[in-house]
Amino acid sequence: MRRARTAWLPTAVLVLGAVYCLLPVLWVLVAATKSGSSLFTTFTFAPGGDLVANLTDLSGYGGGLYWRWLLNTVLYAGVGGALSALVSGLSGYTLAKFRFAGRDALFTILLAGVLVPGVTLAIPQYLLLAEAGLTDTYWAVLLPSIISPYGIYLARIYAAAAVPDTVVEAARTDGAGEWAIFRRVALPMMAPGLVIVFLFQFVAIWNNFLLPFVMLSSDRRFPVTVGLFTLLNQGQTVPALYRVVITGVLLSVLPLIALFLSLQRFWRVDLMSGAVKG
Amino acid sequence: MTSAVRGRSRRGTASRGVPYLFLAPAVLLFTLFLLLPIGYAVYLSLRRVKVSGLGLGRGSRTEIFAGLANYRAALSDPELWSSAVRVLAYGALLLPTMLGLALLFALLLDRPRVRLRRFARLAIFLPYAVPGVIASMLWGFLYLPAVSPFTDLAGRFGLPAADPLSGDSVLFAIVNIGVWGGVGFNMIVLYTALRAVPPELYESARLDGCGEWQLAWRIKIPLLVPALIMTTVFSLIATLQVFTEPLTVRSLTNSISSTWTPLMKVYRDAFAQNDLYSAAASSVLIALVTLVLSVGFLRLAGRRSFGGEQQ
Repeated sequence: MRRARTAWLPTAVLVLGAVYCLLPVLWVLVAATKSGSSLFTTFTFAPGGDLVANLTDLSGYGGGLYWRWLLNTVLYAGVGGALSALVSGLSGYTLAKFRFAGRDALFTILLAGVLVPGVTLAIPQYLLLAEAGLTDTYWAVLLPSIISPYGIYLARIYAAAAVPDTVVEAARTDGAGEWAIFRRVALPMMAPGLVIVFLFQFVAIWNNFLLPFVMLSSDRRFPVTVGLFTLLNQGQTVPALYRVVITGVLLSVLPLIALFLSLQRFWRVDLMSGAVKG
Repeated sequence: MTSAVRGRSRRGTASRGVPYLFLAPAVLLFTLFLLLPIGYAVYLSLRRVKVSGLGLGRGSRTEIFAGLANYRAALSDPELWSSAVRVLAYGALLLPTMLGLALLFALLLDRPRVRLRRFARLAIFLPYAVPGVIASMLWGFLYLPAVSPFTDLAGRFGLPAADPLSGDSVLFAIVNIGVWGGVGFNMIVLYTALRAVPPELYESARLDGCGEWQLAWRIKIPLLVPALIMTTVFSLIATLQVFTEPLTVRSLTNSISSTWTPLMKVYRDAFAQNDLYSAAASSVLIALVTLVLSVGFLRLAGRRSFGGEQQ
């Protein structure tokens, strides 16, 4: 056998794919440095010198509204993801480690939730939360984001694999309460898996445009996606806003990309077992 | 694989109520935010408003049972049909392109002697971090003739510049956003599945003189079938609900109507026209089609996925 020569064609195809995926991100990096007029007149990838001016305009918009949107996004995705991981963890642990009447039926029903399209839910969720007087509050976005059938499915697999029955039984013999067993014994063992559930739900909430778009009407509660969308819409009549939108897009994408790169070892995704390998 | 702890009583065992108590939060949230809304949507879809008299004042508008009238109206609505056909075309373009590229990249990443592997994996996965609205804005601006590098380059070479946002080509423009956003995640799923295969499996094939392409075709792709089934089902569900991308690009072009996809029509009916009843009927129909297609696909694929995990 010959020693390792580079496989050029596969490498080239992968690099091509990488360039395709990086292109729009590179563009926004460049575009955020341009003034309003040079955005439409200079070559796409020719940088300008107006990044600071654009940032100032973005910060000044609506009295710092943009920063509030970013904070809201962190709140929705962070708190929603954490609560989701906790509820999924508790449910998964229970489904994996207890034997009780109706367990399999319950699991099947919860799992079927994976197939329910968000479309069907958006309108009735809005109407039901309106009845409860909760639309246009943080709750309207947070509460529906906690339940994650897929998260429960994954957590059940993690619990079955990571928490030995003997450990649970030993803790019981020692007289530990069921909640304490979950909290002190099972939860730490399941933690690496629950990080994945959290990340999945974090991205799902951050990506879910329809829910906050339908639920919220005051711009102070918008996540950054809905906020930028409304700005873009105003840009149709006030093209100067495009600059603000582009700078806002850049600022919202950068932290997430940084987060992804730092967490990349977690992103080895097996949809069926949710396994973390590596 | 799960040997559960028996629910006996007294010390050393769980009391019978505990599992139900532990599942209560999930069941409550599931009921409130999934079951109840579905039930409510079905209920609304069977109702309509009856206007009596001049339709003025309180009590002149009452909600009555409408039977299947809303469904009949929806099924004979040309707008809904044309949006449905458009989404089918969108899916027919998006799913094979996105999953095909994801499979290709995953197989290439798994090949020996490939350089820049880490860079390529991260770069292709990166768009997963970008929400649909933001992705649509990035591409939307790049599509604008005044901004697009392609228009600029075409101009320099004296070529006619295509406008991706005009007329029929806007469909491809939207498909491209979907491919860009989805290829990386699916690639990682498939690549993870490939990494789980013990390398010994390939060694004997390589010793027998099996080339990398043959190896991919004869051994790796068959091994990937369960993962491919799952990625297809999840992508299919997402595809039929496409909403964010066309809605966002709509801000930059006139080529996208307010009822471009079925979900956009549902949104318009419900919130712009206040016709909750026909919106509910349309959304129930979309859900049914989604369910039939995804369950049908799983059946067709031989229940190799979730079914095998339940026990």
